[in-house]
Order: sequence, then structure tokens, then C-alpha cells
Amino acid sequence: MQPFTKLTSKVIPLSQNNIDTDQIIPARYLKVTDKKGLVEGLFSGWCYQEDGQPDPEFPLNQEIYQDAQILAAGDNFGCGSSREHAPWALVGWGIRAVISTSFADIFSNNALKNGLLTVTVDTEVHSKIFNLISTNPGLQVTIDLPSQTLTLPGGNPHTFPIDPFSKTCLIEGVDQLGYLLKQEPRITRFERLNGL
Amino acid sequence: MPRAKTLFEKIWDRHVVMQEPEAPAVLYIDLHLVHEVTSPQAFSELRERGLRVRRPDRTFATVDHSTPTASLELPVLDKMAANQLQQLQTNCRDFGISLYDLDDPKRGIVHVIGPELGLTQPGITIVCGDSHTATHGAFGALAFGIGTSEVAHVLATQTLLQMKPKTCQVNFNGQLGTGVTAKDMILALIAKIGIGGGTGYVFEYSGSAVQALDMEGRMTLCNMSIEGGARAGMVAPDSTTFQYLAGREYSPQGEAWDDAVATWRKLPTDPGAKFDKVIDIDVSNLEPMVTYGTNPGMGLLISEYIPDPQSETDLLKRSTLEKALRYMDLQPGTPILDKPVDVVFIGSCTNSRISDLRMAANLLEGQRVAEGVRLLVVPGSESVRRQAEAEGLDQVFMRAGGEWRYAGCSMCIAMNGDQLQPGQYAVSTSNRNFEGRQGKGARTFLASPLTAAASAVHGRITDPRLMSTK
Repeated sequence: MQPFTKLTSKVIPLSQNNIDTDQIIPARYLKVTDKKGLVEGLFSGWCYQEDGQPDPEFPLNQEIYQDAQILAAGDNFGCGSSREHAPWALVGWGIRAVISTSFADIFSNNALKNGLLTVTVDTEVHSKIFNLISTNPGLQVTIDLPSQTLTLPGGNPHTFPIDPFSKTCLIEGVDQLGYLLKQEPRITRFERLNGL
Repeated sequence: MPRAKTLFEKIWDRHVVMQEPEAPAVLYIDLHLVHEVTSPQAFSELRERGLRVRRPDRTFATVDHSTPTASLELPVLDKMAANQLQQLQTNCRDFGISLYDLDDPKRGIVHVIGPELGLTQPGITIVCGDSHTATHGAFGALAFGIGTSEVAHVLATQTLLQMKPKTCQVNFNGQLGTGVTAKDMILALIAKIGIGGGTGYVFEYSGSAVQALDMEGRMTLCNMSIEGGARAGMVAPDSTTFQYLAGREYSPQGEAWDDAVATWRKLPTDPGAKFDKVIDIDVSNLEPMVTYGTNPGMGLLISEYIPDPQSETDLLKRSTLEKALRYMDLQPGTPILDKPVDVVFIGSCTNSRISDLRMAANLLEGQRVAEGVRLLVVPGSESVRRQAEAEGLDQVFMRAGGEWRYAGCSMCIAMNGDQLQPGQYAVSTSNRNFEGRQGKGARTFLASPLTAAASAVHGRITDPRLMSTK
């Protein structure tokens, strides 16, 4: 897993609430047996026009955001299915962090295991980001994980929550399976004590 | 005296292997269900790290998402789907896991066969790389969906790192009217709290209307917990639960059964136990529910009208509603009743069990599907299919002009070729009405099997209470 410490980037605005994982990547792209080729499916229901050409109105298609690494979206981002293909596709495109007012449980679990940071902000900060982007689409923000802060240009840092365990894993770029494997003797003992 | 605990807390506490300060709990998983779509990358990870499956005896696999339903005889034509199915065969063989494969008479949707086989039992922890794992909570198990990284964690260690969720009690009080079902109860809850309303919580469903449900109704209820944002939903086990489980293949037998029931009886929430949140819903005046939008929280009583975005003051909520109505091509202020439908899908892990099919068949007996409407009935498992055929339900569906299929997820997720055409409207007994869920450009009205069957007959959204049944 790629470590995450500090990131300054433009922010791709997707203002809708409740962007579900079927929008992030439709089920017809889930027939793969590896993690490759998923970028093709990313927001594929939204990024094409009826004639099959890329929709120039869709933010991810716009030239200005081709090097952006942060996505800002409405409330309850990543609701719906448990498909980890959603964070894989986002990371595959180059997204390293998503800002929203809330995230679905399974999505944030999956995201944090793939070096994709979920940044939860209050509605005030959220509106401010969208307002600033509407006048300055190339606006850059800075996310600093060690201090758990999000900073808008010329503004004070806003803190965001993250559980300490996921934070350490992200900063060090280590995955959680290693931690679980180290608990082997305790798991064996638990099984023995409980007759499992 | 020990502290009063909820059903959830009792199961959670018994399954915590260890917990370090500032770290999530290491939670033991009793049963791991696996399917073809969310597992291949997890098995690859095990191979890359040289790991084995720690407890193949606690791991069961089946194929359901990308499987054909028209015939099981032919080779699977979709090359990618065929490859995925084959990968699961290889993985199960290499790692020693039982697989209910395409030709197995016990195969079916993972959340239908778990309970059927008696694998799903009260008091245990169950996970699967599928968000509708919540279904199994109907038995008083703690069951929830996980991602593929977590599938690898459970395969390798039989444990998961989990933060303890909060608890929410959902009381459904009163008695359901005729023609109103468990599906309508859960759609009503989600319409009330919104699709993020349960995020961070585990639901415990209780109250007279829940106690009155049979196990299949309880499964429908728990199944859609995730559509309200809750990873798990549970119902306390009782005599209805024990009766369902008695004599099933993996249920305890003989003396072990008596011991198990004695243990299970201690699981229900203690009097005085505290929930973090409580929701009360009176079902006495509940009607059949139908969704009008592009998430399961956009639901209405069947007598209600489609809401007007202009009356929404929150700008983001207004634009979300506008976008949904544009996608659905529906006019604000018009009744949801009588909206035309092209396809009716009866199936999915929400509503494909024998009682669902009986409900639909009872209403369709002696009726014909409206001209130009396609009715697709897909049983949840091969066992359900055989039972339905033994009862002649397949004949009722086919005489009405419907298609009778083999078991699978089918048009709920539209991965296997069973899908809507762009712009088509479907009344679907499944669980998600997201944009494109049932096919690109497809428009979904979620409803109960009764509402679906009634709508098939009239080719329009129809209140099943107005139809006579034989």
C-alpha cells in the first residue's frame, strides 16, 4: 500500500449526495479476476454522452483535473455494495483522497485499506470548498494526515477525524493483514478455549 | 448482577479475540461465505504471500452473481464470467473449500442457501464479500458485508479488524394489514431515515410486527439493512427461528440440538439493556411501498404522490432529487400508482424464497401478464426452484406468460445478461434502484412480490390489495 502523509492537489467537484458504488463502478465491470482495467469503468454511467463520446461537462473528463488527486463529493459517499472495486478504480485513476460530509461504512473500510484517505468535514467547510471551486476550478487544497488537517488556500487548517490504527497504517503504508497474522497464537488460543 | 446487554453486545463480546489500545478489535468469524465476484483478488493475495486458508471447514463458496439463469446445460458464453467461475473452482480446489458449483443441486444465492443449509445459526458471526450478508441477521447472528481485502483477512486468519458499531433498536409495532409485507416494512424504515440514516449502527428489529414475521420475512427485513446504511440488522431468535432450523443439514442434531437451543434462548436483548438510538414505527396504517427515485430511501406509500424538488429547501438535496426524477423521467406531483412498467422482476436475495414465490403465484393464478410486459421469475436457490415446481408455481408463472428461470442474482445486479434495456421501467423485488443497477439506463421501482405481481397483470404500478386472490 502506498503511504499517505501530505498531499496538495486540485479538487474534482462531484456535488451529488449518496454517490453509490454502482455509480463509482457499475457491476458489469466486476467480472475481472484482478485489479486491472477498472479505471475504464470509473463513473462510466456519468462520463459519456449518448453518442459514446466523453461528456465534456463531467469533471473527471476536464483537462484541468487530469492531474487532480482529490475528489470532493456530497453526503454518504460510497453507499451501496461492498465492492472494493470502487476504491481500486478511484486509486487506479489517481485519486488519493475523497472529501465528503460522510461516508458509507464499508466504503471507508475498503478505501483506507488501499491508501485512499476519506476526509470527513462539516457542512460549512464542505460548502466552502464547493463555493471556492465554482469561482476557481483550479483551487488547490492541502491534506496533512499526521496533523489530520485540511487546509484551503489562505485559510486556517480544519481538523478531520480518523481512527488512530488506520492513520498509522496509512502513514507507514503497511497493510492490516500483517497485524492479524502476528496474532496467530492468540487466535489459536481463542479457538481452543471456545471449542472452535 | 451482570450488566444488561443487547443481542449484538452478547455476540460481539463473545467473539473478541483481543483488542489493543487505540486499535480495532480482532473479531473471530465463525462462518465465511464466498462467491465468485469479490473473492478472486483475495485468493491471489494468499498465493502471493504463501498463505493457506486457516479454516476451510468454516468457509463455504457458491456461484450466483455472474451465473446464467436461462439454462445450466450450456457452457457460460460470457468469457469473463466463465473465467471468474472457473477461478473459483480452482481456488476452492487449491485451498480445500466446499463449493456449491453451477451444477450442484444445493447451489443458489449465497444469502438464500446459507439459511437453507442450516449454516446460518443464532449467536454466530458471519461475513461475506457482499453487502447483503445482513440477511443472516434474521437468525440472531451478527452478519455483515466486507470488502475483498477483508475477505483475504478472514481466509488467512479467520478474524477481522473491526471498530465496535453503535446499536439502534427499530421497533415495528402494530399488525400488518392484508397485502402489506416485510418488504414494505423495510422500505418504510429506509424512506423514514434515509439511506445514510443507519451508518455506523447495527439495527436490532423488534416489536410485535417483527415477532409475527416468519423467517423468510425476517430475512427480507434484515437483507436491506445496508440500504439504510447499517452494515448489520438482527432479529432475536425465538421458537420461529428454532423451528426453521430444526433438521437442516448443518443444524446441530440430537442432544447437541437441545444444548444449542438452550444457548440460543439466552441471546435475546436483556430487559433494561441500552441502545444508542431507538426508532419506533407503527405498521398498522402501512401500505405497500414503492420507490420512485434512484436510491432505496426514495420510497412512497403506494397511495402517495411523487415529491416536488421545489419544496426542498436544501439546495444539494433539491438537485439530488431533480437529478433522480430526470433519470426516472417522472413528473413531480403525480401519483406513483399507474406508472407504466415494461418488465417485472421477481427474485434476488431480498425476495426469491418460497414464500415470496407463493405470494406472487397466489396473485397470478388464473391471470395473464399485461400485453408487452415481460415477467421474469428467478428463484433464489435450486432448492427453492424444485420446491416451487413441486407445488406447481412454475406452471402458474408460465401460464400467466412469465419466464421461469434457474437460481441466481440475475436482474438484481444485471451481470449475467438478465438486464433491462435503456429507458425501460421495471418493478423489481430486489434491493437497489441505483442508476444503471438493472442495466444501463434502466429505471427501477422497488416493491414487494405482491406489488410486483399485481403490476405485471396490469402493466402499471398496481396496489395488490385491490386484486382478488384465489
